Amino acid sequence: MAMLDIRDLHVAFPSGKTTEVEALRGVSVRLEKGERLGVVGESGAGKSMLAFAILNLIAEPGRVSKGEVVFHGENLLEMSGRDIRGIRGNRISMIFQDPMVTLNPVLSIGTQMIETLKAHRRISDAEARKLYIARLREVAIPSAESRMDAYPHELSGGLRQRVVIAIALLTEPELIIADEPTTALDVTIQAEIMALILKLCRENDVALILITHDLGVVAEVTERIMIMYAGLCVETGPTRQIIKAPRHPYTAGLLKALPQFAGRGHRLYQIPGSMPPITALPPGCAYHPRCEWASAECKVKIPPLEEGCACFHPLDQTEAAS
Amino acid sequence: MHIIAFLIRRAVQAVIVMFVISLIGFSIQDNLGDPLRELVGQSVSEEVRNEMRQEMGLNDPFLVQYSRFIGKAVQGDLGTSYFFKRPALDVIMDKFPATFELVLGAVFIFLSLSIPAGIYCAIHRDSWLTRIIMSFSILGISIPVFLTAIGMVWLFGVELGWLPAFGRGQTVELPWGWDTGFLTWEGIRHLILPSIALSSIMLPLFIRLIRAEMMEAMGTDYVRFARAKGLPERRVRYVHAFRNTLLPVVTVGGLMVGTLIAYTILTETVFQWPGMGFMFLEAVNRVDTPLIIAYIIVVGLIFVVVNTLVDFLYTLINPMVKLPGAKA
Amino acid sequence: MISLKGFIRRFLSDPVAIAAGFVLLLLILMAVLAPLIAPQNPYDLMQLDIMDSEMPPVWREGGDPRFLLGTDAQGRGVLSTIMYGTGISLMIGIGAVIVQGVLGTTLGLIAGYKGGWIDAFLMRLADIQMSLSTLMIAIIVLAIFQAGFDANTYADYAIIMLIFIIGIAEWPKFARTVRSSVLGEKNKEYVDAARVIGLPARKIMVTHILPNTLTPVLVISTIQVAEAIMTEAALSFLGLGMPTDRPSLGSLIRSGFEFIFSGSWWITLYPAIVLVVLILALNLLGDWLRDVLNPKLRRGDD
Repeated sequence: MAMLDIRDLHVAFPSGKTTEVEALRGVSVRLEKGERLGVVGESGAGKSMLAFAILNLIAEPGRVSKGEVVFHGENLLEMSGRDIRGIRGNRISMIFQDPMVTLNPVLSIGTQMIETLKAHRRISDAEARKLYIARLREVAIPSAESRMDAYPHELSGGLRQRVVIAIALLTEPELIIADEPTTALDVTIQAEIMALILKLCRENDVALILITHDLGVVAEVTERIMIMYAGLCVETGPTRQIIKAPRHPYTAGLLKALPQFAGRGHRLYQIPGSMPPITALPPGCAYHPRCEWASAECKVKIPPLEEGCACFHPLDQTEAAS
Repeated sequence: MHIIAFLIRRAVQAVIVMFVISLIGFSIQDNLGDPLRELVGQSVSEEVRNEMRQEMGLNDPFLVQYSRFIGKAVQGDLGTSYFFKRPALDVIMDKFPATFELVLGAVFIFLSLSIPAGIYCAIHRDSWLTRIIMSFSILGISIPVFLTAIGMVWLFGVELGWLPAFGRGQTVELPWGWDTGFLTWEGIRHLILPSIALSSIMLPLFIRLIRAEMMEAMGTDYVRFARAKGLPERRVRYVHAFRNTLLPVVTVGGLMVGTLIAYTILTETVFQWPGMGFMFLEAVNRVDTPLIIAYIIVVGLIFVVVNTLVDFLYTLINPMVKLPGAKA
Repeated sequence: MISLKGFIRRFLSDPVAIAAGFVLLLLILMAVLAPLIAPQNPYDLMQLDIMDSEMPPVWREGGDPRFLLGTDAQGRGVLSTIMYGTGISLMIGIGAVIVQGVLGTTLGLIAGYKGGWIDAFLMRLADIQMSLSTLMIAIIVLAIFQAGFDANTYADYAIIMLIFIIGIAEWPKFARTVRSSVLGEKNKEYVDAARVIGLPARKIMVTHILPNTLTPVLVISTIQVAEAIMTEAALSFLGLGMPTDRPSLGSLIRSGFEFIFSGSWWITLYPAIVLVVLILALNLLGDWLRDVLNPKLRRGDD
């Protein structure tokens, strides 16, 4: 049995007084122990929704309207408050995007670290402190001891994110969900932080769900990826394979837009049009307005995810045909 | 060490401010009323008057008189009240405990009501209790405070007769000369209505403020992260969210000091509470100039001291604002 | 800017605004027409009879149809004193807002446009004034004024004093509003264009920037009138405001206060009700105005 099994997850938001719109329209994915999955898509595709939904952290007025998140056989979405809190930060940890707003500005780093451990273990302050200092050293934060009493604004962006990573790892979780962990950081530091996350996950055999819009990062870090578009997964499969041979037109478009694929002196490719907002989705396949190969069927029916691709005309078939 | 640097800097600022206040106070006193008339009456001849004037130094140049004034003030001599025929500062100090206890009672009520109410309304947004509290606070802002006080006097004092509506009741004199109302049941009963009335100025404003700030804090990413770490909800609310709420509340509180002093005067008037504010208005009626000026100077001092304390408190709560002189 | 038609339509579609506006209009009319419609002239000492004092409202035992709402300690009809008193409260309120408006707008324009040390100085001054609170400043100034002059002189100048003191104490509110508008407008192209043509600073400020800052000024004006009336009422209640022979609503409440205990509650109650209604109407209208003039809340048909 897979460690994590997300089944047909729907997240809805009220729109107006009587209707709802869905930000996630039926996402299913499985994750094995120690596996690293990348979740790729544009802003608004539903990636962060997926992350928060796993731990049942969707903020009101949104809600999970359908589906299950089964972790080691138990549905996280139906757990009592007490039980789910036992999972959060303990067996499944999260890393958010911007460490400046992730950490509470009025509490010291040490406080925010120690409280996490004390929420899940019976341990004294002194013990916890020792453990954290060890962890901080692990994530290469110099003079870890004095940092414990520092406040978030006194550290640089990169250091802050390392603290967040240390917090995520300390409880020895089985899964880390990292939501765009490097986007808010300086370009020069992004690679470092990403390498750190990769190293720690490998060393401790921790599964990773890495959410990002950056295909380049995903290629290096993950074993499988899933591409999201307008609240649905449109393609999924082993990373290398998808990058070499994408089957969904959207994935192909994303790859084409990467600078490394552009010829010298050529204009960078951009997929024409833009992703529709969840409040104004076209009927059928959400991508069809931008798709070269859209047919009548695409405009009416939503293509199911089959063999890792949600398209009526996957590219390998189209190319084989032409 | 930074604390000492901070205090010294603020002390210097305070001295400058007091300087300005005393200068203004003194120049007013110079032009208001005639101390001689108060002391001596009408029947004394012009010659004797001039002599007395000379003796009292009333013909000396402004600066000389002013420095004399400062010299005496620093020693605690702020002139002599015409009415009470006692040193003005003594009269004020006599009345100080009454005002202080009133303010203390009001602050106590106000803090113990507004904080829980604000937090409750923020957390339970749609409950009926929240709706009631919010309606009350809108009403509270629209009705002038002294009317609320009068209303309370009428309802609880006259109609229902539950609580005394004027004066302090029985007070107990503590060894160092402080007359307190807290040690007797009568004293406390008399304190109830005025304290509630005075706190009712701040209550609507702060309930709304705390509610708004708390709601904002609860929606932040760091609160979300705290939840994602699996922290118990109580800690998320009262440690993470609430700590951030305190900052703007202290800031706003600091700005309300002047308002509080003004409304203390109003409350003391409605309830005939024998405090400094009431004394001040009586002094105005009697044209007791030295007492008026002394009150203004004392109030100025209180204002400066409280503001300094509030600033200090703020630096304690907000780690992003270090005391000037502290290392970053 | 909202069109006049849109404005009127918004007004007519909001029952709260209509009610508040109607009540306000009523009170203003009552105040303005007081000399014509009041049953008595409470200022005319010849008309007063001390035997008429402390009579209850007409529907109670001992009431007199001449004095619908009863009389006060001097024999003046409460209804009449309220009519005249409302006028005085309104006059002071509106006058004070005009003073603070003119002063605050001017200083706000200068601070916003010139920037630099003038701005820093004015804003610091505004900070200090705001933390001192208008009421406290007014109490101290009026106390000194009252102590320095005898009762008659004081009574003559009371209205002017109140208007100016409340006006000068409250300028920071207008100044801040105008200043932030100016800061927003300063960077817009039309200002650069004007400067390039060579217009002097003053002209730019007045003819170009000022009209664009008027919307927020209008919004706070109404609420500030309510504030000013409340402040004046508090001051009069303390005895530092209007004297009892030319009473505002606050002074009326003051003169009736001592009679709560002896049973003549109507002397205080009715002026208090009128005061609350007046302030409430102004506040509601001000809130409505703020919503209507807020560009972010604009509706499609405006």
